[in-house]
Amino acid sequence: MLGLLGTLFMRSLFFALTPLLIPMVLQAQPEAFPSTYEAPSGPPVLFKNATILTGDGRRLDDTDLYIANGQIQWVGAGEIGPDATAVDASDRWITPGLIDVHSHLGVYPSPGVAAHSDGNEATAPVTAEVWAEHSVWPQDPGFSRALAGGVTAMQILPGSANLFGGRGVTLKNVPSISYQGMKFPDAPHGLKMACGENPKRVYGGRTQAPSTRMGNVAAYRSAWIRAQRYQADWDRYNQAVKDAAEAAENDSSGASVASALLTNTPPRRNLELDTLAGALRGDILVHMHCYRADEMLTILDMAEEFGYRVGTFHHGVEAYKIADELAENDVCGALWSDWWGFKIEAYDGIQENIALVDRATGGCAIVHSDSDEGIQRLNQEAAKAMLRGNRAGLDIPPERAIRWITYNAAKSLGVHEQTGSIEDGKMADVVLWNQDPFSVYAKPLQVYIDGVLRYEQDNPSRSPKSDFELGQLMGTAQ
Amino acid sequence: MNTTRFVIALLGHLLLASPSYTASLLITNGTVFIGDDAPSSQLDILIEDGLVEAVGSDLSAADADQVIDAAGRPVTPALFAGITAAGLSEIGMVYEAVDSRLNELYTGLMHPEFDVRKAYNPLSSVVPVTRIEGYGYTLLAAAFGDRTISGQGSLVRFDSGFDSFEGKTTIFVNVDGYSGNKIGGSRAAHWMLLETAFSSLAAKQGNGFWLTHNEHPLINQDGRATLKDARENGIFVFRANRASDILQVLAFSRKHQLNAIISGGQEAWIVREALAESGTPVVINALDNLPGSFDGLGARLDNAALLHRAGVSLLFTSGETHNARKLRQVAGNAVANGLPYEAAIAAMTSRPAEVFGGKPRMIAPGLRADVVIWSDDPLNITSAADQVIIDGKLDPMTSRQTELLKRYLPTEPGLGRAYINP
Repeated sequence: MLGLLGTLFMRSLFFALTPLLIPMVLQAQPEAFPSTYEAPSGPPVLFKNATILTGDGRRLDDTDLYIANGQIQWVGAGEIGPDATAVDASDRWITPGLIDVHSHLGVYPSPGVAAHSDGNEATAPVTAEVWAEHSVWPQDPGFSRALAGGVTAMQILPGSANLFGGRGVTLKNVPSISYQGMKFPDAPHGLKMACGENPKRVYGGRTQAPSTRMGNVAAYRSAWIRAQRYQADWDRYNQAVKDAAEAAENDSSGASVASALLTNTPPRRNLELDTLAGALRGDILVHMHCYRADEMLTILDMAEEFGYRVGTFHHGVEAYKIADELAENDVCGALWSDWWGFKIEAYDGIQENIALVDRATGGCAIVHSDSDEGIQRLNQEAAKAMLRGNRAGLDIPPERAIRWITYNAAKSLGVHEQTGSIEDGKMADVVLWNQDPFSVYAKPLQVYIDGVLRYEQDNPSRSPKSDFELGQLMGTAQ
Repeated sequence: MNTTRFVIALLGHLLLASPSYTASLLITNGTVFIGDDAPSSQLDILIEDGLVEAVGSDLSAADADQVIDAAGRPVTPALFAGITAAGLSEIGMVYEAVDSRLNELYTGLMHPEFDVRKAYNPLSSVVPVTRIEGYGYTLLAAAFGDRTISGQGSLVRFDSGFDSFEGKTTIFVNVDGYSGNKIGGSRAAHWMLLETAFSSLAAKQGNGFWLTHNEHPLINQDGRATLKDARENGIFVFRANRASDILQVLAFSRKHQLNAIISGGQEAWIVREALAESGTPVVINALDNLPGSFDGLGARLDNAALLHRAGVSLLFTSGETHNARKLRQVAGNAVANGLPYEAAIAAMTSRPAEVFGGKPRMIAPGLRADVVIWSDDPLNITSAADQVIIDGKLDPMTSRQTELLKRYLPTEPGLGRAYINP
């Protein structure tokens, strides 16, 4: 009798709480600021007789490619729809859409006026709670320039002033009034972290922690400890909710009463720790700005200590010194082809860095830009790195180097199942080049995103302009 | 260490560091760009005692101590690296190792007498890093910044010499919106100060200072002497991107009889006719195509092509010091956007020397042999310098970066990388 009453009580308590509980469960929050991007339908396109670099290491000469319904339908031979447009791609090259894992377009837009400087919340060393997307100005003219360079997706990151800079967002490079209209559907968030000089300079300069590299590490670890505790609180709470529900289902009582009471007091949600706990769980991918080899190894030990994965080291001008360790830990290196010397942690930069990271078995080398100029010429940056690798005797053909700006980048962002290579069923993110893309004279003729022609050379109706650019310099004789 | 031992040690060091010397060198079968805007031709180049002795077909190898078969590879004069702080800035953010900028000094608003050549260090790691990529000289600049006049510099040659300066004294002047905002809150403040300073050159000064304000003299006697001399014999490089600012430079330079050059020039294409008419050269970064500021709303990739077509003398700079080697890529992109190839070659080789008053940089008899043999098209990113030759000597083609590569290229570290000393 008592049991039955208890069960009824439990059941009513549980169901009374249920509507409140659902949005509180940490692992099942509805997506905030969700993507509203939907590709319009584009006509099917048949590219004939192209040289195709697939992005996953293959080169296909004199090959046809068919895209329809936003997807790659087939490579080689297959059926085509009656309404397909044929593009003669003889002497042309096709690659997957290029992907930049490190951009500040929108958060440090053009024009670079102070009021547009939205990339670094440099007011505290740990700002995991901020999201780069909330700073993105979709009217940055840099997006359309990058599109003309063949970039179809990119990660917009917060800057590196902070140890934990906040969340990065992966965008499709499509013009939109809002960043939601650009958000890559279902792409995981990134977490931007930073090693070395920048955080200690910014905060040490204010006689505030951290002012040293050891201060950096202590502060990361303290934050991870808080995140672990936060995760444990939510795990306990979620378990209680589950136990209470089961108890209600099974008409049992006893310990479940305690569980039911626990469901009354969910842990208080914390935006900073939401992000950090998401990184610990692996739902949010860790992107870490780190130059020096020794610091990267420290970070890998820290990741071991707290049981998370470092997805990608960014900048890593000394990555070549630990290429094997990076490969063993399945960590990508997102690197420049030739930047060096602008600060002492960049003093040992060499032009073979990317090729040496690529050489290691299982190595994941990526060419990133961190620049509104570089993002327009990722193919050129990759070409320089390829050349230096080849001159060092590493034998890197174009079909291998293209991975650095396509598939490997997609993997770093967690979108490699959807894009980053030319394979049946993947998003039709495709660039048609006038020639071998690894040349200073190479230019995209057409850029498709989800099968939609978003850019075409010398075609004003396929050359997007931002609102900012309209009506400027009136009276100028062209 | 006593003086004698020091000198001996120093000499030893210099001997070790000096490039391999060849009395005479023959480069055969080059695809030679002599450095003007003529197309390439298949030529041999004979070099003796640091000078080009002969350029022609089928030169005799019998006259040469050493022969390099270029096997059809391109050969150019050693390139211009742009406007840089090479040898002035070892590491960008290590400020005690950066000497390209005059920071806060209370003694005056303008210091044209600030001469960065006094701080030049040819042993900087930046110099060989740049040289082995095919670059033979640069314009050493007092960094563009907040002041109306940043200071002075000149061409310098990457031959490891401590005083390898060349050409005319070059004064760096800022008249753009960014610096205008820092000085008086308006770019018009630059013109106000410049007018005052240049007008003062005509007036007699008793006390050595030309005072605009009790506490802040505008310019001291040395500064005035510098401006006076530069007006006669020097060059004024104006940092300006906006079309209206460029026209102000032309008007001011006409009025004060200055030999002016525009640096930046993002909107130069808008006023290209006026630039051509006045014969004012423009130094651009041909990659500038974003409205990075309100001074550059008109930035576009075919700026170089438009300027060239209008007859404007064109040079390139990348805005980089450590990565000045990127300038070939800048020029290549200008070609990809409509600039004739040979015009880009001239802009990268002989034209900067002409504009800044340096020694001629062509491959021609009697001229200094600063020459590069390239693996392929020198304006493409698919090529690299195979051999740099400065003063007729083969560069060892090593830098701090090639040493790091040699240390980390082997897959077996042995006892440790620290023991791999190339």
